[in-house]
Amino acid sequence: MQTFDLGKEGLRALNSSLHALKGQTNMTNWEVVNPKGAHAIAAGVDAPVDITVRGSTGYYCAGMNKQATIRIKGSAGPGVAENMMSGTVIIDGNASQYAGATGRGGLLVVKGNASSRCGVSMKGIDIVVHGSIGHMSAFMAQSGNLVVLGDAGDALGDSLYEARLFVRGSVKSLGADCIEKEMRPEHYAILEDLLKRGEADHLAKPQEFKRYGSARKLYNFNIDNASAY
Amino acid sequence: MSDFPHTPPRFSATFTPAVNAEIRRAAASGIYDIRGGGTKRHLPHFDDLLFLGASISRYPLEGYREKCATDVWLGTRFAKKPIHLEIPVTIAGMSFGALSGPAKEALGRGASAAGTSTTTGDGGMTEEERGHSQTLVYQYLPSRYGMNPDDLRRCDAIEVVVGQGAKPGGGGMLLGQKISDRVANMRNLPKGIDQRSACRHPDWTGPDDLEIKIMELREITDWEKPIYVKVGGARPYYDTALAVKAGADVVVLDGMQGGTAATQDVFIEHVGMPILACIPQAVKALQDLGMHRKVQLIVSGGIRTGADVAKAMALGADAVAIGTAALIALGDNDPKWESDYQKLGTTADAYDDWHEGKDPAGITTQDPELFKRFDPVLGGRRLKNYLKVMTLEAQTIARACGKNHLHNLEPEDLCSLTIEAAAMAGVPLAGTNWIPGRSGGF
Repeated sequence: MQTFDLGKEGLRALNSSLHALKGQTNMTNWEVVNPKGAHAIAAGVDAPVDITVRGSTGYYCAGMNKQATIRIKGSAGPGVAENMMSGTVIIDGNASQYAGATGRGGLLVVKGNASSRCGVSMKGIDIVVHGSIGHMSAFMAQSGNLVVLGDAGDALGDSLYEARLFVRGSVKSLGADCIEKEMRPEHYAILEDLLKRGEADHLAKPQEFKRYGSARKLYNFNIDNASAY
Repeated sequence: MSDFPHTPPRFSATFTPAVNAEIRRAAASGIYDIRGGGTKRHLPHFDDLLFLGASISRYPLEGYREKCATDVWLGTRFAKKPIHLEIPVTIAGMSFGALSGPAKEALGRGASAAGTSTTTGDGGMTEEERGHSQTLVYQYLPSRYGMNPDDLRRCDAIEVVVGQGAKPGGGGMLLGQKISDRVANMRNLPKGIDQRSACRHPDWTGPDDLEIKIMELREITDWEKPIYVKVGGARPYYDTALAVKAGADVVVLDGMQGGTAATQDVFIEHVGMPILACIPQAVKALQDLGMHRKVQLIVSGGIRTGADVAKAMALGADAVAIGTAALIALGDNDPKWESDYQKLGTTADAYDDWHEGKDPAGITTQDPELFKRFDPVLGGRRLKNYLKVMTLEAQTIARACGKNHLHNLEPEDLCSLTIEAAAMAGVPLAGTNWIPGRSGGF
């Protein structure tokens, strides 16, 4: 276990050390102490390592992560795991705005609540939120899965493309072109897997969720849909 | 019938035949006009400025004999690896999707041969462009189509796009007919649907967030890459100042003559400012902050000739970018395809329906049959020639003004032909010392 004191050694030294791990795996366990809300902690990591951040993080923690498993033992600021490519990010606390924004792969788990625009423009990432999510979540979401054990705020899935949204609780309102869809066997299978990997299988069952997706009415412009824009 | 002569038909200056035609088109189709390119209206522009040349008080340099340097460093503020270009004319961001793969290859070939950079666009980085571009700027756009850390690390600079001159405040739109399997795959979207490129970034809002976003990008790339911030010509003084405050190495400023792959005609023609009005405000912001020449300024929007390059630089820019002009150099809108343009209901030099993917020149299309009309090697050679000519023209003017580097051109080398251009550019009306709104009289 490598322990890195962010307060003493600074962000540049941390990220530089983590980036140097690319292509080698002999230092697989890292612990970052004294994060104190710093921004861009462990951004751009590209190695199959485990990193535990002991405390809360600022903006863009684990940004563009590849391969790494990053655990935040606190809450995360805006844009956690933005544009993640692969790997896993697990937040014990809450996540601020834009969690998992534009993520292209990997798994983001938020054990508390996630704020507005969770999964905005997601492009293949899987996101599991144990609590609730804020307004405008999954806006223009392209692909991937968003699983919410709690409730969703206003305008869920506005202008959605092909991402799948699973919500167990209430949805305050659906955004433009987002509709409730039938749960088919393959969706239960996806949920079962995600709940397990998202450390939530003891909290909820696939049968308790509703699925939301795109009505695909806004895919090609039509003047008769102008009121939806 | 009276024998008196009839009043001749009189067209309205408000309801012109063109205006009426657009009303009829809108009434028939139910959709606004979408097109590519930049504004087509007449605007105060570089043509309204003249160089004074040398005289008794300044002596010129000998053409073809005395050196007039053209190189430029970009990204010297924070980046560990700033960019050095041989000429100050760069290729602006244009997406793969809007342009074909061979067209992107040609841009890379031409730019590299001329010693300058190309820029990706909304749609990610292609192998054609990376492979053929010695210096490649990777755009970081609101859509984040194709965005990934590997491409961030293999580019030479990063351009955070906040806006563009053709549509400040607007996003992009790639209509379904251009969404081939490859384009769809790069953008993680289904084939054949209209693709909106968002108008705002998904994970930051405002200058304070931008500062943190830039810091994140620097961390991901280990502070090696120059980071540009591109803005449309909206509020250039404040946008430039805020980009500097946010930590930009380079500010890219795009006037309303700058092109787009596709957007609403009403947006192109009615939002934003001409580049002539933008440059002095951006330069003033840099000067007020003590950052002129420390944070470099690249300007674009209607740059066509070496004279335009020289005028932009005399107003304080460090470099320029070309998009539309580069496409024309490659062969876009060439009269040799006139019969095909006629079939599309248009004519050479007026074709702007780039979004339809039917470009007779094979440049703004994803149709493999149309690709065959375009030779990327020849296109690259034509672009190189054009870039070299622009540079020679700018050098010719700079030597006549007694300057041994294009960067030494200054506003004092210029005068204006019109009051409007004098006011916008901040140079005196020809034959006077009058800069409207600032100083002097006759």
